[in-house]
Amino acid sequence: MSAMIKVENLTHIYSKDTPFEKAAIKDVNLEIEEGEFVGVIGHTGSGKSTLIQHLNGLLKPDSGKIYIDGQDIWENKKNIRQVRFNVGLVFQYPEYQLFEETVAKDIAFGPTNMGLSQDEINERVEQAIEFVGLSRDLLQKSPFELSGGQKRRVAIAGVIAMRPKVLILDEPTAGLDPKGRDRILSQIKDYHKRTGSTILLVSHSMEDIAKFANKALVMNESKLFAYDTVENIFKQSDSISKMGLSVPQITKVFDKLSEKGYFTNENIYTVKYATDLLLKHLKKEEQ
Amino acid sequence: MTEQIVTKNLKFEYEQEDEQKVLVIKDMNIKINKGEFVAILGHNGSGKSTLAKHFNAILLPTQGAVFVDGIDTCTPNQLFNIRKKVGMVFQNPDNQIVATIVEEDVAFALENLGVEPKEIRKRVKEALESVEMYQFKDHAPHQLSGGQKQRVAIAGILAMRPECIVLDEPTAMLDPRGRKEVLDTIIDLNARYSTTVALITHYMDEAAKADRIIVVDHGEVIMEGKPSEVFSHVEKLKEIGLDVPQVTELCYNLRKEGIDIPDDIITEEECIQALEKLLQNA
Amino acid sequence: MLRDITLGQYFIGNSVIHRIDPRMKILLTIAFITMLFIVKNFIGFAVAIVFVFAVIFLSKIPLKLVVKGVKPIVPLIIFTSLLNMFFISGKTLFEIGFLKITVEGLNLAIFMSVRIILLIMGTSMLTYTTSPIALTDAIERLLNPLKKIKFPAHEMAMMMTIALRFIPTLIEETDKIMSAQKARGADLESGNLIQRAKALIPILIPLFVSAFMRAGELAMAMECRCYQGGQGRTRMRELHYSKLDVYSAIIMAISIVLIVLINIFVPTII
Repeated sequence: MSAMIKVENLTHIYSKDTPFEKAAIKDVNLEIEEGEFVGVIGHTGSGKSTLIQHLNGLLKPDSGKIYIDGQDIWENKKNIRQVRFNVGLVFQYPEYQLFEETVAKDIAFGPTNMGLSQDEINERVEQAIEFVGLSRDLLQKSPFELSGGQKRRVAIAGVIAMRPKVLILDEPTAGLDPKGRDRILSQIKDYHKRTGSTILLVSHSMEDIAKFANKALVMNESKLFAYDTVENIFKQSDSISKMGLSVPQITKVFDKLSEKGYFTNENIYTVKYATDLLLKHLKKEEQ
Repeated sequence: MTEQIVTKNLKFEYEQEDEQKVLVIKDMNIKINKGEFVAILGHNGSGKSTLAKHFNAILLPTQGAVFVDGIDTCTPNQLFNIRKKVGMVFQNPDNQIVATIVEEDVAFALENLGVEPKEIRKRVKEALESVEMYQFKDHAPHQLSGGQKQRVAIAGILAMRPECIVLDEPTAMLDPRGRKEVLDTIIDLNARYSTTVALITHYMDEAAKADRIIVVDHGEVIMEGKPSEVFSHVEKLKEIGLDVPQVTELCYNLRKEGIDIPDDIITEEECIQALEKLLQNA
Repeated sequence: MLRDITLGQYFIGNSVIHRIDPRMKILLTIAFITMLFIVKNFIGFAVAIVFVFAVIFLSKIPLKLVVKGVKPIVPLIIFTSLLNMFFISGKTLFEIGFLKITVEGLNLAIFMSVRIILLIMGTSMLTYTTSPIALTDAIERLLNPLKKIKFPAHEMAMMMTIALRFIPTLIEETDKIMSAQKARGADLESGNLIQRAKALIPILIPLFVSAFMRAGELAMAMECRCYQGGQGRTRMRELHYSKLDVYSAIIMAISIVLIVLINIFVPTII
């Protein structure tokens, strides 16, 4: 089986041929299989935003190749819009891209650009709004009347409605309260389960990545530091902390405990797993 | 202890375009003491931002009253005095920086208040130094990172030498590095200059650093106390859409299963200690 | 990309020209423009040319850069030159078909071109050597006397400052919105004029919505910092005229007198 996303020797340079020339990403090689839920980690300026904007052809590589579903996306320049329908990208604070009179029209913007029939568009709009957990009653409202969290979800629906094979979300929970964060992430997880599409989730919250993703991709200083299972990534909590990123609080606690000789072979990054492990250990001792 | 901010039966409602009245704050009685670091928690739409805007007379109560250092915020000729005493920092650093040069921006409030140029220079330097941004005084705001911009915004308030600084989700738009910079600055101000701090936040780890937490829901105060007390009500917090630090949740889970572990754990160190003790005894 | 545009055109430095008080620089620029329009012959221009190049030399700004600033108006210069060359009547120099080039026309074409080029080079020295904030500051202070006739000098300067402050922010925002709409398949590059104009709607509406929101938040932040208009306001940056300003004014005055004298003793071209 060929990979859904394949990146070969990708390099991108900002402000080329000026004194401000700077490599945003350097020689990245990466293969992501279909159906993965990948957490993308890296601090501001690590190159992660540049990387994801290459995957749907918003940025053009200075060198290297990108394949989506086996197809070189820059092979035919005219087809680049098709690539954007296949790789849906939800930007940070996507509510700022809403512009239509009604929620329905805004969600339909992508599908309309795809040139679909009106029936197909309507069906997709209704399905997309359901995916993000909003009532159909909102469809005829103006997007500007909605609450912040609702706007965000409408914007996500606008990308989902294109039914992309790959869905990339750049910090979809930024600025939301805990409930809003949880709701959006659960809906994305649910969408992943139901459609089996490949998901890339950019997040600063290691807790969220630990909870929702199965793979993690770490960018550091314009290079791919690692692409591996979440478990293996959090095993390297030392190097991750050195990059200025943080591992989940719970992982920090168990790192300290393992220094003291407890659970040295365990790799803990969710509260649930930690609870189970401690209970097993403590209850066993009791008996 | 002297009181910095007091609200007495504060009620606030506004009228929508369709003349329907929206009640945002029902009946709030809170007190913030001088030199205290208070975190205000609540989900979006709980009324916490509206509450904060009453602290420096950006909003005035529909009913009840708000006192700043004993002055009723409705007293018209005290407006600037109140705003000098209670400074406010907002979520988006981009939308609160007025000037094209850092130094000029920090001077803005003092220029408005008609302070002598010499004194302005002195206070601008002081304010920028206290947020560790003095070396950036000649930069343009758009050349700075989010955390740096937010620190400039804080300096712009500090230049007025306020007694109290109210921060409305100052870290919501920042990356982890920026969040840490800003939080460290806030804690430092509180510790070094005894500036009263009211921090509105969604991040539980930030609230855990406060002296006291006030939890707001549907325009009412529903919980109040030390972080360890407030976070011990895990169920209740989750019910109203808030969270607790991971270590608190872990201990809560264990306690629910009958394990004997204290219910006031909110930091990593406390958690490590408690777990170590348990494991040693086991 | 949009964010690569450099705005403000200010080049940091500490040359003599940089150090002239911004108010004086604005006044000198106005005097310079007047000087260019007094000039009536090429010998007069020689004085103006020496003047401009001396300023460029003293400012330590690379000549290449100043020349580059003239580039955008080259089409305009060519267009007016052609008009002058062909449509001024006088002694015929040579003919191509029905087109006649006259000596007077050619003279005038060169004369006007030199004037426009000097105008651009000279006035751009003001923005090259003065920071935007110093400029707005100076404009406010120069216009201050007009407050007596209710001219909103402070408000105008404040508006200019805020505009300058938000230009980079809004450029970045436009960039982001464009990317977001392109990610939803918006086609911004092809189609006829009407289609292209229509394609701008998904960019302009979000941009306006966000600009209004920003304006609201900024107003509140300004209120929190006790803003109440220009009344009773002081400034951190104090401006003082120095000897340098007196010297520069004297040099300008001498140049103008020189040109007037040349006008009297040398025949005029126009």
